[in-house]
Amino acid sequence: MSFTLYDKLWDEHLVQTDENNESLIYIDRHYLHEVTSPQAFEGLRRKHLTPWRLDANVATPDHNVPTDRGNKFEAESIKDEVSKIQVVELDKNCNNFGIRQFDITSSKQGIVHVIGPELGYTLPGMTIVCGDSHTSTHGAFGCLAMGIGTSEVEHVLATQCLKITKLKNMQVNFHGQPRTGVTSKDIILHLIKLIGTAGGTGHAIEFSGSYTSLASMESRMTICNMAIEAGAKVGLVAVDSTTLDYVKQHSNLSDSMFDEASQYWKTLNSDRDANFDKVINIDVSEIKPQVTWGTSPEMTIDFDAQVPSQEDIDEVNLENLLLAKAYMGLEESQTLQDLNFDKIFIGSCTNSRIEDLRAAADAVKGKRISKSIIEAIVVPGSGMVKAQAEEEGLDKIFIDAGFLWRDPGCSMCLGMNPDQLKPYERCASTSNRNFEGRQGNLGRTHLMSPLMAALTAINGKITDPS
Amino acid sequence: MINPIISGIVATFDRDNIDTDQIIPTEYLKSIKKFGFGDFLFDGWRYLDEGRLDMTSEDRSKNYDFILNKEPFTKSQILLTRDNFGCGSSREHAVWALRDFGFKAVIASSFGDIFYNNCFKNSVLPIKLTVEEINHLFEITAASPISFEIDLAKKAIKYDQVSSYSFDVKESLLERIIHNLDDVDITLKHKEQIEAYELSRRQQRPWLFDCSS
Repeated sequence: MSFTLYDKLWDEHLVQTDENNESLIYIDRHYLHEVTSPQAFEGLRRKHLTPWRLDANVATPDHNVPTDRGNKFEAESIKDEVSKIQVVELDKNCNNFGIRQFDITSSKQGIVHVIGPELGYTLPGMTIVCGDSHTSTHGAFGCLAMGIGTSEVEHVLATQCLKITKLKNMQVNFHGQPRTGVTSKDIILHLIKLIGTAGGTGHAIEFSGSYTSLASMESRMTICNMAIEAGAKVGLVAVDSTTLDYVKQHSNLSDSMFDEASQYWKTLNSDRDANFDKVINIDVSEIKPQVTWGTSPEMTIDFDAQVPSQEDIDEVNLENLLLAKAYMGLEESQTLQDLNFDKIFIGSCTNSRIEDLRAAADAVKGKRISKSIIEAIVVPGSGMVKAQAEEEGLDKIFIDAGFLWRDPGCSMCLGMNPDQLKPYERCASTSNRNFEGRQGNLGRTHLMSPLMAALTAINGKITDPS
Repeated sequence: MINPIISGIVATFDRDNIDTDQIIPTEYLKSIKKFGFGDFLFDGWRYLDEGRLDMTSEDRSKNYDFILNKEPFTKSQILLTRDNFGCGSSREHAVWALRDFGFKAVIASSFGDIFYNNCFKNSVLPIKLTVEEINHLFEITAASPISFEIDLAKKAIKYDQVSSYSFDVKESLLERIIHNLDDVDITLKHKEQIEAYELSRRQQRPWLFDCSS
């Protein structure tokens, strides 16, 4: 018998399967944030339960936190009353139940999917869940990681297990060498364009191929992060020396424990003749920088291509096209390069890691953002990323170019904190979702890589990076 | 036990990929409660103004072109849509909003995986039909408002006097809706098995329990 990586992780964590083919899967790590946890903690209280295993849980506030807060800021200082209640509630719940939290005052606070790996809480081979769909990010470490709803958050807190059915296996091989200016973000957007936002539904996608093998952990995280945008709640990459080097640097394990674990971690890959239900091969050398034009991540085109017109599309999809074009304020036969941008957002759990900030800083070094840009913000994913960037002088490069240098949080990825678009503002964004209203009521989002967003800031328009 | 027959007006949403941000925008995720989201369902399409958590439907400027603001759809219990409904964010608030508005079932050709799971925890039944069946249901609902009758026991949607489509759904998930079962209670019956598994893992994979940090 041969097994995929997903099969191996599944079998390793299987507690039992019942007659209905529903399984209890043991959860090694549970990340929590302020938005999807309060009702789960309330559920525990109502049932007079306590968390099954306290040390499996790690919490941090990220969605609601203001990013211009500066030092000596406390949860009580949040101006938006309802946001404040949620952050304070997380403090209370973590204190009452005894859960480890990197709270808003901590130098290690940040977006939950950024701090998990960098603080060493994400280890290869773990099952990881969080009440957030971008939990797929941690699959980059050969983990079985997925987003869950609040009822499941309560279930994991109470039982340390998730009750689920097994997914199908899908393999996406990225091979070849990308062109200059093409990043992991372009590659994952290209895949979503190709298979659609439901293309991976019901599947765990393992990313492999020569490109993936050579990619950094940051790039792998960007790719796995957006697996959910292709419909797959699980994205995976096999463990290799790149993974182990990262974990060695970031984990808190003793050398002997690390060595012992490594022996097991090295087995976390798909067997050579393992069977996948679906296989997709993509030559990344053919991919140009990608930018979204519409209101779904699959509405992606080459940065220099024309926005699809009515003639390009079958009747079934016509309604979707017309609604998206109207929302985005796009006219017939426009290219993305014709559009004028108002705001720039570099950040989010997709693209706020040090590698992303380096790429963006490199593109804006010694330049000034266009006069037509109302606001350009850089939001590091965590306190640790921020400190590292400042040590490298990236903050100064951004500030000199006219960017605002912010404190860690989800920021403008979603309209829950003060960083939002105003109606009809057009934003070049390194986040993951271009849904209607995602960045603020009637705001217009174009997803792209940190490099492309940085160039858009300088020129006010989408620019050829080569 | 809930009534095993869901009968009600069908509201149609003729587009693909309706994401959970459309079902309920992030602004309303700031609530720490599990109920009271009905007034914010499809907020961006349903209202002309921007809302806040402390507002109700009565306080808002409504978009009367939107189906849920037209009679008899203000009392809809069944939602008919197309592909990949509930994709995107894992927010269970999307299901809470549908439930609080009064929806008991959503019929689509496919669903986002996380949304689909969330439905069964909140007595909202997601029903998958083929694209052809969905096309047909859109045709018969186009002319005037009609009601469907969904029989949970028979797993069938009766869409006129004599015709129905059958649908497939995992029996155990359906049971959870019909009997309003709680997963935590069910799983804790296996407490000893979970403990035994955990103990063996502590021995085989000790680094997972190394919490020096």
